Amino acid sequence: MKQIKRYSFSLIIITVIAIMILINKETGIKALKITGNSFKEMLSVIPPVFVLLGLLDVWVPKETMMKYMGEQSGLKGIILAFILGSAAAGPLYGAFPVAAVFMKKGVKFSNILIFIGAWSTTKIPMFVFEITSLGTKFAVTRLLIDIPGIIIIANILSYLTSKAQVKTIYQNAQSMT
Amino acid sequence: MSSIIIYIIMIVLLMISYFKDKKKTKQALKKAWKSFDNILPQIIGVLMLVGILLAVFDAQLISKLIGNESGWIGVIIGAVIGAITLIPGFVAFPTAAMLLGAGAGYMQIGAFVSTLMMVGVITAPVEIKYFGKRLTILRNTLAFVFSFAVAYIIGKVVGKV
Repeated sequence: MKQIKRYSFSLIIITVIAIMILINKETGIKALKITGNSFKEMLSVIPPVFVLLGLLDVWVPKETMMKYMGEQSGLKGIILAFILGSAAAGPLYGAFPVAAVFMKKGVKFSNILIFIGAWSTTKIPMFVFEITSLGTKFAVTRLLIDIPGIIIIANILSYLTSKAQVKTIYQNAQSMT
Repeated sequence: MSSIIIYIIMIVLLMISYFKDKKKTKQALKKAWKSFDNILPQIIGVLMLVGILLAVFDAQLISKLIGNESGWIGVIIGAVIGAITLIPGFVAFPTAAMLLGAGAGYMQIGAFVSTLMMVGVITAPVEIKYFGKRLTILRNTLAFVFSFAVAYIIGKVVGKV
């Protein structure tokens, strides 16, 4: 029963696709095919991301993470957050569990936000792909705007979030991993 | 390609970890499964929802809406479509290139690509689980607004050929 409740959202969507197939077979099948492709993408990167996350959680001590990306990490922490986010593979939803482990390890809140920003939009494998599809001028221009943009957004967000709210988010992260 | 690399890295590290400490490795795998299981229901639902949206809104329809002459209205439409949908990267850029070929403008595509990557309305349930409602809404709103700056600059730099 608990499992059914957890998957209720998925069950509703499956029903919608089933109805679509009944009404308009072509569009319904197309939706299924696109879903299949997204699943393939998910399976190609998400499981290893989680295993690496488990290893990080078990092997890297909190002190180490705090030293490099914690409250006192300064510019070093910002650069590391950028590099880790940009080197990552996988869609944005893969970044949130990683962020949760980072919180557990005492990474500074604004560095977590920078990491999320970098993961969302300055990924290195994607950048190469963007150059080949949309041209160097497009990709480089976007990258150059995105780097300051991510830092500005991260700072506004941490400015708007109170210490108590950050604490709640960090506590929630403990229970998620 | 990147998926092969990441799987190789995973296997190598798992082996090193296993030789060093079997118990810790087991613990790591357990944690990995727990985190994965935590967001699996949302992810499955989200991926199917994306399938439906992409089946209904195809490339031709989108490129009509965000054509070169569509101006800021087109930028807004591009940004909104990008914010809602979640297209895998290796599909997103060729799609954007195809839309450009079909008559979409650079400024509009700039907005579309930017919100596509930074704003996730459909993935918001996953984000809320980790960051709470308030921060999720704030982050997505800021990223959405920021995408207009991206669009404007891309339009200025790349648009004039």
